[in-house]
Amino acid sequence: MPTLSLMPPEFSVVRDDNKCIKCLACVRQCGFDAQQYDAEDDRLYAIDANCVNCQRCVSICPAGALTIYKNPPPMRPNAHWTEGHLRNIVKQAETGGVLLTGMGNDQPFPPYFDRLLLNASQVTNPSIDPLREPMELRTYLGSRAEPVSREESKDKTRTPLVPIETPIMFSAMSYGSISHEAFESLARAAKAFGTLFNTGEGGLPEDLYEYADHAVVQVASGRFGVHAGYLNAGRVIEIKIGQGAKPGIGGHLPGEKITAPVAETRMIPEGTDALSPAPHHDIYSIEDLKQLIFTLKEATRYQKPVSVKISAVHNVAAIASGIARAGADIIAIDGFRGGTGAAPTMIRDHVGIPIELAIAAVDQRLREEGIRNRVSLVAAGGFRSSADVVKAIALGADAVYIATATLIALGCHLCQKCYTGKCSWGIATQDPYRSRRLNPEIGAERLYNLLRGWSHEIKEMLGGMGINSIESLRGNRLHLRGVGLNEVELKLLGVKHAGEAM
Amino acid sequence: MKKVYARPAYCMNCHLCEVNCIVAHSRSRDLFRAYKRENLRGTARVIVEERLPLSVAVQCRHCDDPRCVAGCISGAMVKDSETGIVYCQEDKCVGCWTCVAGCPYGAIRPGEKNGRPVPLKCDLCREAGEPACVAGCPNRALVFEERRAGA
Repeated sequence: MPTLSLMPPEFSVVRDDNKCIKCLACVRQCGFDAQQYDAEDDRLYAIDANCVNCQRCVSICPAGALTIYKNPPPMRPNAHWTEGHLRNIVKQAETGGVLLTGMGNDQPFPPYFDRLLLNASQVTNPSIDPLREPMELRTYLGSRAEPVSREESKDKTRTPLVPIETPIMFSAMSYGSISHEAFESLARAAKAFGTLFNTGEGGLPEDLYEYADHAVVQVASGRFGVHAGYLNAGRVIEIKIGQGAKPGIGGHLPGEKITAPVAETRMIPEGTDALSPAPHHDIYSIEDLKQLIFTLKEATRYQKPVSVKISAVHNVAAIASGIARAGADIIAIDGFRGGTGAAPTMIRDHVGIPIELAIAAVDQRLREEGIRNRVSLVAAGGFRSSADVVKAIALGADAVYIATATLIALGCHLCQKCYTGKCSWGIATQDPYRSRRLNPEIGAERLYNLLRGWSHEIKEMLGGMGINSIESLRGNRLHLRGVGLNEVELKLLGVKHAGEAM
Repeated sequence: MKKVYARPAYCMNCHLCEVNCIVAHSRSRDLFRAYKRENLRGTARVIVEERLPLSVAVQCRHCDDPRCVAGCISGAMVKDSETGIVYCQEDKCVGCWTCVAGCPYGAIRPGEKNGRPVPLKCDLCREAGEPACVAGCPNRALVFEERRAGA
């Protein structure tokens, strides 16, 4: 780094000395060394250039003495050369490296969820009060028989359906990319609520096998932590082909994060970089994928449904059709808003397509080909609220994966510095000083509360539409209307414009 | 008896237990007055001991046979026979600090209040019910519970 940076700090840490009691909690909790204490002068001060606006100090300060301000752009306003572009250029001029970032795409692409509205019953059909009448959110994931026959039970290659109590699952976040504490919080909450969490590609730590019955165990291109016991312990096996935040890109967990327990779980030497290749080196076609799917099914005696997770890309519908025909029981599609622990900024912000369009396209294609019943469709990538969940299900998803929302529930403030391993909130770090900030007891409660709240809201929305089961909403696009969408968008989403009648 | 126990696995070294302790033992029971008017900074009766990454909050263990009570020359330090709480009757303290020297846990520190000596030690917030350090711990690293002897 040059001695003189051409970029002024992005944030200012402002301390109200009238309120500050000099308890030094901010200094002890700052993960990025922005908060400093000069013991000789008994003075607190901040190094603004280090601040990433993670808000840990603001949250922990008992006196409410801290505020983080975004500094004004370091240039005259320019709609083309935005501050983000400028900062990136300067950073690269100083380092010569690939820009890295964390979490999901933060650019202002149109959010289709915000252009879709839900229906409600009035006069001609009664709405349902979920507090008085039963309301079914239980969802079964897996492949359905076609047609239903008595011979079905004799088919030894049919994997069982997996019930979840709400159509919301926790998406893949590996142990290694997130702390043991965060991982355990997800596992505990999934078990308590009766849904599934996802191990990500880093295996399942030995001490968390008691939660394995609620785990989607992932098999990714690096094959980290994959062994027969792992596959047979999980409830669902997921082959990870791609991830919404970085379609076409592999993974790289730096050696600093490969601590002894992470190394043991991943079955790699301590301190070595964990490199996930971009493709699976044994999958170059749908036929190859089929081989892996059936290898995994054989390894688990056809007791575990196999999911295949792909990023939402331009040709997603045709790819999904191939995956369904290759024998997958579940297809998970991750939209371009999906998060990550680390991705090249350019990939994260410019590759992939919105999940809304991908789900609509895939559901439509599978229906047209008459194979929709062969797979469950799981949507992922930037679900912010229960309304997003309901809209995705109406567009054709069976269930959704949430991950960024769960991290926010655990304390994440979206500072996008996961790749540094310095997370002040104890989530994306393996540093024991930081990770112990996340008590899994509290974490699991918060995640449970989130699922509970969203599930209640989903019931309310279903009731309003006069539906008493989430099954009846699946792919029911008549309950959706678009606002401010053009004809192509409406056609792709398969919805009418607001104001159009049934 | 119910005591405060630390769970080092979840202590995140924020020292907010000390802040809450100071406020709870201030005259005003107000954060800003305690620190800015009463100048109570550094008078916490619970101390977070650090050997990073580990840290743990230490306070009086309210021993069954407390050395501070046995050693007190003025009879100020007593153990409540009903609740088991070891506390100092501050008007009787003469500031000899035998209690400070005798405590095997280093949980008593010399202090002063209105110009009079007073040992800074945990009294389990005996007037309030739940100790302030436990109530205010943001990560549930402190618990207030009954445990069997030796546990």
